Amino acid sequence: MATTPADLKYSKTHEWVRLDGNVVTIGITDHAQAELGDITYLDLPEPGRVLQYDGQFGEVESVKAVSELFSPVSGTVAEINSEIVDHTESVNEDPFGKGWLIKVELANPSELAELMSAEDYVKFAEAGGH
Amino acid sequence: MAYISNTDTDRLEMLKAIGVNSFTDLLAPIPEAIRWQGDLPIPPALDEHNLYRHLSALAARNANAEQMACYLGAGIYDHFRPAVVGALASRGEFATAYTPYQPEMSQGMLQAVYEFQTMICGLTGMEISNASMYDAATSLAEAALMAVHTTGREQVVVLNNVHPNYREVVRTYMRSSSLEYVEASTQTVLDLITANTACVLTQSPDFFGCIQELAPISAAIHAVGGLLVVASDPVALALLKPPAQYDADVVVGEGQSLGNAMAFGGPLLGFFACKKKYVRSFPGRIVGGTVDAEGRRGYTMTLRTREQDIRREKATSNICTNQSLLALSATIYLSALGKNGLITAADLSLQKAHYACTELCKLPGVSMLMPDRPFFKEFALRLPVDPENVNEKLIAYGIIGGLSLTPYGSDLKNGWLICVTETKTRADIDALVMAVGNILSEGTH
Amino acid sequence: MDSHEPLIFEMSRAERRGANLPDCDVERTDPALLLGAANLRDSLPLPEVSELDVVRHFTRLSQRNYAIDTGFYPLGSCTMKYNPRINERTASLPGFAGLHPLQPVETAQGALELIYLLQQHLADICGMYATTLQPSAGAHGELLSMMMIKAYHADRGDTKRKVVVIPDSAHGTNPASAASCGFKVKGIPSNSKGCTDLEQLKAALGDDTAALMLTNPNTVGLFESDITEICRLVHEAGGLVYCDGANMNAMLGLTRPGDMGFDVMHFNLHKTFSTPHGGGGPGCGAVSVKQLLEPYLPIPVVGKDEQSGKYAFDHARPKSIGKIHSFYGAFLIAVRAYTYIRALGPKGLRAVGENAVINANYIRTQLQESYDVAYGNPICMHEVVLTASRQKQRSGVRALDISKRLMDYGIHPPTNYFPLIVPEALMIEPTETESKQTLDHFIGVMKKIAVEAIECPEQLKTAPHFTPVSRLDETLAVKSLDLRYEPLFTDSEPKQ
Repeated sequence: MATTPADLKYSKTHEWVRLDGNVVTIGITDHAQAELGDITYLDLPEPGRVLQYDGQFGEVESVKAVSELFSPVSGTVAEINSEIVDHTESVNEDPFGKGWLIKVELANPSELAELMSAEDYVKFAEAGGH
Repeated sequence: MAYISNTDTDRLEMLKAIGVNSFTDLLAPIPEAIRWQGDLPIPPALDEHNLYRHLSALAARNANAEQMACYLGAGIYDHFRPAVVGALASRGEFATAYTPYQPEMSQGMLQAVYEFQTMICGLTGMEISNASMYDAATSLAEAALMAVHTTGREQVVVLNNVHPNYREVVRTYMRSSSLEYVEASTQTVLDLITANTACVLTQSPDFFGCIQELAPISAAIHAVGGLLVVASDPVALALLKPPAQYDADVVVGEGQSLGNAMAFGGPLLGFFACKKKYVRSFPGRIVGGTVDAEGRRGYTMTLRTREQDIRREKATSNICTNQSLLALSATIYLSALGKNGLITAADLSLQKAHYACTELCKLPGVSMLMPDRPFFKEFALRLPVDPENVNEKLIAYGIIGGLSLTPYGSDLKNGWLICVTETKTRADIDALVMAVGNILSEGTH
Repeated sequence: MDSHEPLIFEMSRAERRGANLPDCDVERTDPALLLGAANLRDSLPLPEVSELDVVRHFTRLSQRNYAIDTGFYPLGSCTMKYNPRINERTASLPGFAGLHPLQPVETAQGALELIYLLQQHLADICGMYATTLQPSAGAHGELLSMMMIKAYHADRGDTKRKVVVIPDSAHGTNPASAASCGFKVKGIPSNSKGCTDLEQLKAALGDDTAALMLTNPNTVGLFESDITEICRLVHEAGGLVYCDGANMNAMLGLTRPGDMGFDVMHFNLHKTFSTPHGGGGPGCGAVSVKQLLEPYLPIPVVGKDEQSGKYAFDHARPKSIGKIHSFYGAFLIAVRAYTYIRALGPKGLRAVGENAVINANYIRTQLQESYDVAYGNPICMHEVVLTASRQKQRSGVRALDISKRLMDYGIHPPTNYFPLIVPEALMIEPTETESKQTLDHFIGVMKKIAVEAIECPEQLKTAPHFTPVSRLDETLAVKSLDLRYEPLFTDSEPKQ
């Protein structure tokens, strides 16, 4: 079964968010990586890019699927996980740890309230996740 | 009924098992108003014997390259095809398979395509090749689209000595994508390349069979960050320096001459090779090597996420098929001829074309249209009369003459494009020269 | 038997020769003088093998390939029917295979007549006005259709039509083709019956609608019963309706897209009209149109002078979208399709439609207890979509595992994971050429696998066990990008 850490927030497009001061770390959930299968390619934004709430910020590809990444918050890309671009398996192996994707400096912290709790996300994902 | 295995008894049993009384019950989802009643308005069935006679009769009304000496080229070539090519490529295990989506059951075709990709890389000097495309013209159009996507620019410059049909197809694709198509001559091309140019499309040997100088164009397009696309003839590449050595970004071409029939121009075999840095944006299928669960070597289609069935409207191209069976024929052909055989075929074509050119130019009023340019197996002559008339009279000599260039430009009036391959003997060529000589001297009386 | 077959390059020995070429019978000049020394290459990395090596290598490769000729191939949406041998015989006649596309038309009247007749027969089979054989594949036919629709609206000065509406059940080529032509794609969800939702369609249509692209029968194998209303709605909005004819086999002699209201459709001659798939091509995506789109057909168009009875190419068509093929399309595929149509005649074509539908419904009803049938098990046309959701939930066995296990029983799997709107889809298209005995064998194997999925799921998850290779590491294939035989280049790559 997929794990869903209780201390994170979740989006309907299967991203997770970890808040640390005014900066959030974003990744894809364990459920999402399991659905995609072995991840082979990540297209991530350059640091400094301004992201819109629910706007596309990149792409994740597995052998047989491609999925767009949507930003659960608006803000500016502070850092990307440059380690994983060549080690995409980290997203499968450790989606909430080594497999994080980007850090974003929040523009509007109130958007976090729109995200789901772990409990709600589990229900959402079990119901088909659409 | 032809090709249907079920008997009336089978059908009755099946309808019963399905739980319906008659076949009509299964048509329930089709509204009655649009059900077709009676026979379709097409001719009645023919038994196999009479069907073959009917098709033979249609075929007999065409003059073909087995009965006639054919001197046409211009993209489709009458090269020698060893018997092994047809014998092996027509095996039902290859011919009646689908796209190898299930690699465990398709290793034969997958490995052959991997070999094909390797050979295309060998001929062109490029780092990667796809599994083939429809034909040279659409390959060139797809190359232009790839250049547009990777550069983010909307202008494509095309040399006017690229095959006119290829240019027409590129123009169609550019028009439908609202992109700018600019045609350039070898004199104007360097001036027309600007920072808005996505790529330059070139051909060498060009439509007239001549070697196109690539180095200056390569330097100019790369200076502005655009791509150099070269269309080439794979047989010529047995002798000629591969386009990769002119820093070409994409090399495309027509693979028909590699063991495939002329077939009235289709099906054809486009090939598409490029630099490895474009691997994520280049069109078409690709086969890659890998290992199975036991560590054994195997092959599979790869980088599938570029393709339309996964990426839908964001795909790099809408292309879904390749020309596997023709790619297989090309692979068998290149294996059977091998390194030395292909060089020999190319050298024989080169030698015989030059012999034919020299001999034809000895006829009164016949001269070369482009005397200063080196050519491979095709050359353009200027005749003292309309080449269409010469072609018409050559039929009686058992010869299909060259291509009249008159329709292709005012400066090409009475131009005659002749192709000579290794399939023509010295005696064949002498017969051509004599026939043309006769026709020209008749014409002056 | 050793299942490993080396690459042709690994068999190569310097100076070994295969094909037997003539000696030079004209005075030979050094290529460096004829072509210029600077234009010549200094090495050519190709194999050097004997003719016997070639025959054995490719024969062995063929033995590692499954095909219609070797067994049942129920690959949904692909119409893997028997490919009659007479088609191959007629296509290899020198009077067809040995023609040059630029030879004088007077010397190719038989070829032009065949093209002309096949175009007419296809139009009559689907209820349209005119046909072109130029597209090289179904996707090429789609692209051409989009180009013509774009030209049609532009010609009328109707420039606001920039949207193509496509149901979510459509094959990915549909949106890719529309997008290639610069159209914006608007997807609409299917209804609970797996068909087009009329309310969703109405909401999507407007004065920006260029066209609707619809597959009928759709990709779930179901006939769109509301089709005449669908076409009426699109026409009312000012758009045109395009039929993806991938599933035409189901309708032969039973119903015609032209009569339903479609304006343009593509055929897959390599599906419906039995030309071999060739391991992925060549095919032919012939396109038929109603009269309103005829002026936009690609050039050249084959025409007939009724007085002289002579056939010719017509290039002077000012409204044409232009050329889409180096020459005239896949002529030898047209020869095969024409041969097939003439072998069957109107009664034979109708029998194709009937038997295709009976065979699919037979499989559906015989497997409905072992597997769930998508959308509540309605009457299907030529193919049936099962879902392995039940198996996945119970033991984690997925559609792909069932497919791979079928290989152990010597049967090619159905189409997996398509259509996308059915989870764990297994799309089965038996075609009309298979017998009840073959279907019964397949049904028996599928039932056995359903039992195995409960009793020994690992057997399925590790399948196939008896193929030349087992499941391949596709992740490694993407990551390592081994796309050519590298040793051939490391030793002999020419220097700059």
